[in-house]
Amino acid sequence: MPKLTVDGIEVEVEAGATVLQACEEAGKEIPRFCYHERLSIAGNCRMCLVEMERAPKPVASCAMPAADGMVIKTDSDLVKKARNGVMEFLLINHPLDCPICDQGGECDLQDQAMAYGFDSSRYAEKKRAVKDKELGPIVKTIMTRCIHCTRCVRFSEEVAGVGTMGAVYRGEDTEVGPYIEASINSELSGNLVDLCPVGALTSKPYAFTARPWELKKTDSVDVMDAVGSNIRIDARTGEVMRVLPRTNEDINEEWISDKTRYAIDGLKRQRLDRPYVRKDGKLQPASWDEAFAAIKAKVSGLDGKKIAALAGDTVDCESMTALKDLMGKLGSPNLDCRQDGSKIGGPRASYIFNSTIAGIDEADACLIVGANVRAEAPIINSRLRKRWRTTAGDFKVGIIGEKWDPTYKNDYLGAGPETLQEILDGKHEFAKVLKASEKPMIIVGMGALNREDGDAVLAATRAIAEKYGMVSGEWNGFNVLHTAASRVGGLDLGFVPGEGGLATNDILDGAAKGDIEVVYLLGADEVDMSKLEKAFVIYQGAMGDAGAQAADVILPGAAYTEKNGTYVNTEGRAQQGWRAIFPVGDAREDWAIVRALSGALDLTLPYNNIDAVRSRMVELSPTFASLNVPTKAEWTDFGVSGDMKSDGFVSPVRNFYMTDPISRASVTMAKCTEAFVKDAAAEKVA
Amino acid sequence: MSFIDRTARSFLLAELVSGMALTLKYMFKPKVTINYPYEKGPLSPRFRGEHALRRYPNGEERCIACKLCEAICPAQAITIEVEPRNDGSRRTTRYDIDMTKCIYCGFCEEACPVDAIVEGPNFEFATENREELFYDKDKLLANGERWEAELAARLEADAPYR
Repeated sequence: MPKLTVDGIEVEVEAGATVLQACEEAGKEIPRFCYHERLSIAGNCRMCLVEMERAPKPVASCAMPAADGMVIKTDSDLVKKARNGVMEFLLINHPLDCPICDQGGECDLQDQAMAYGFDSSRYAEKKRAVKDKELGPIVKTIMTRCIHCTRCVRFSEEVAGVGTMGAVYRGEDTEVGPYIEASINSELSGNLVDLCPVGALTSKPYAFTARPWELKKTDSVDVMDAVGSNIRIDARTGEVMRVLPRTNEDINEEWISDKTRYAIDGLKRQRLDRPYVRKDGKLQPASWDEAFAAIKAKVSGLDGKKIAALAGDTVDCESMTALKDLMGKLGSPNLDCRQDGSKIGGPRASYIFNSTIAGIDEADACLIVGANVRAEAPIINSRLRKRWRTTAGDFKVGIIGEKWDPTYKNDYLGAGPETLQEILDGKHEFAKVLKASEKPMIIVGMGALNREDGDAVLAATRAIAEKYGMVSGEWNGFNVLHTAASRVGGLDLGFVPGEGGLATNDILDGAAKGDIEVVYLLGADEVDMSKLEKAFVIYQGAMGDAGAQAADVILPGAAYTEKNGTYVNTEGRAQQGWRAIFPVGDAREDWAIVRALSGALDLTLPYNNIDAVRSRMVELSPTFASLNVPTKAEWTDFGVSGDMKSDGFVSPVRNFYMTDPISRASVTMAKCTEAFVKDAAAEKVA
Repeated sequence: MSFIDRTARSFLLAELVSGMALTLKYMFKPKVTINYPYEKGPLSPRFRGEHALRRYPNGEERCIACKLCEAICPAQAITIEVEPRNDGSRRTTRYDIDMTKCIYCGFCEEACPVDAIVEGPNFEFATENREELFYDKDKLLANGERWEAELAARLEADAPYR
């Protein structure tokens, strides 16, 4: 623990820390461009120069390890002069186009030039110009603005794991860009835009649309996958302009996936903005009262057993609570939040990511079963990659299921349950790795659990977890990776079949046979709608997707940006997002719709505001009593051991960029699909 | 004594005579009133009148949609929306000034990095109804075309002091 003095303040920092970190510890601001906490140290911008006693020249604080007895000065005349000089050099070739630059107003170079630079330029020679690079549908480049900090190069190399960026040529001719003309094929490429300290890399979909000072910022939670990344929604005049990550060390650090960031333009298309009722085979615009009357006419007097409800993947917990209570009042046990029919929902430990995402940083071996983590949860994949990097490759990863490229070293073990059985029996090579490791973990994806033999697969994975000491003491390495943001919340709330109730597939079959007469789809679009033709379908949701097509009554709901909602991520961590804008047209917050419908059906639910709904949620599950912290689940028995089929595990996410109604309606996601998904043409046909 | 003096003055109509003398004096002086609207007084090149959006001599509009005028406007009279134009350049799709909100402070003109939005010499733009005072981009560009010669001259005249 070296002790050093910064501007007369004595600080003690951890061994291995840099002088820059020590200065921050002392509360001194050090300007920097190339240094970034989560990337390796480059030390090439020279902006962080400080004066060190007994050193002949100013030192770059970001690259200087802190040592005992150092005496650092951060605001001496020498330092000021050095910063001034560096700033002047940086600005020699930087164009003066701030007024047309999207970074204007939130630009590190702009801010630091104001704080540490000269007031005018002494440079009269010609400035250089650099040809722009093509980086695909997400990142726009204006390379003349580049100051060669190489943050983007280090990010794509280290975090994203696609080594496509680099700096070529030397000196004044240096150009940063892809070595060969190619788009950045990464699910995390949007983060390059955040990282770039100047306006060289900006966001293509957001180009020129708004200025940072006119945006209203709202904290929220992402629903595009089950990671629950913390986001900030920037809105202007009732329109969501962009989504940015919010730092949360336990979940997404400060990255978010491209789908999280850019699928929001889908919220401007194909929206349900007023109620509809099907008359003479056609959906006709109606008023709320007419829609409720149509539902009442159908539902009243109907046996509860003939009514069913399905919750979709992006639904908030408030609306699921309201619908669950309404179904209870209607006397229906048929409700399910597992659209894909996956066999989960036993004890809590059997369906959450027990080790937590931050727990990956402790694990030393990982077995991935039936999950394409890169497509299903890119943030978790980047965490696994980070673990692999920080252990210098000692983090062993085995993959069972489809072949996919995780961007780090891995052992592909096999396609399906046979390999799983081999590992369980200890016959497989990878079994030795698991045995040798102290904190092994297993990640079980929906691809392994949404099959008919899901129960047996779950039992087998549990047996593996037991056998290889994945659950011992504080450590619980049994992890289920969900693909739907609402899933864990739904399971916690008990949005699953009640006594004698039917699960998703049985509900669909029942509806096809005519046993189920009314199906309430709460944002559920991923089920086979052809089976619902005979039934009376109520669709409540924000997007006009498959569910709305099949509906007899449409109740327009709010999208996740338009309501206060609670979501539970795959770790079982309940988080709340806030409303950034108001719902479109006549649409309303979803729990309020269910509450209003209950009034129309004379089954009034006992809550009149969202706080009352939330107290009801706490009654249903203790998960909601403690927000933002994952509650540990007790390790109990689950799964039904049995024969597993021989077919390989198939990940449910075929195209990362289009997984839900919002991303399917998004133009940016369509462009990404075209650019990055190889069999996009085949997808379109299918 | 003063009583006699005052009485004599009033009987001799001294006030009237001095008043008429003043009138007579002004009849021979050059007149200062002008025959508005046929005649107009001089204006400073810094006079802040009706707004205009200027163009470059080659016809390209100057405004680059940086939104600085919108940000600085203390009355929040300016509304701008932006989109990339087909050639990739940054241009406004909407540039509205609510002239009923505007307080003619000239901050927009000061903020503009390309001398696009200017307050011209025109102060005669009274309208019959409010709606006509909600200026849009077309109206502002038309103003720019109409007044360009004078606007350029004014900017040049004021340039040494900026």
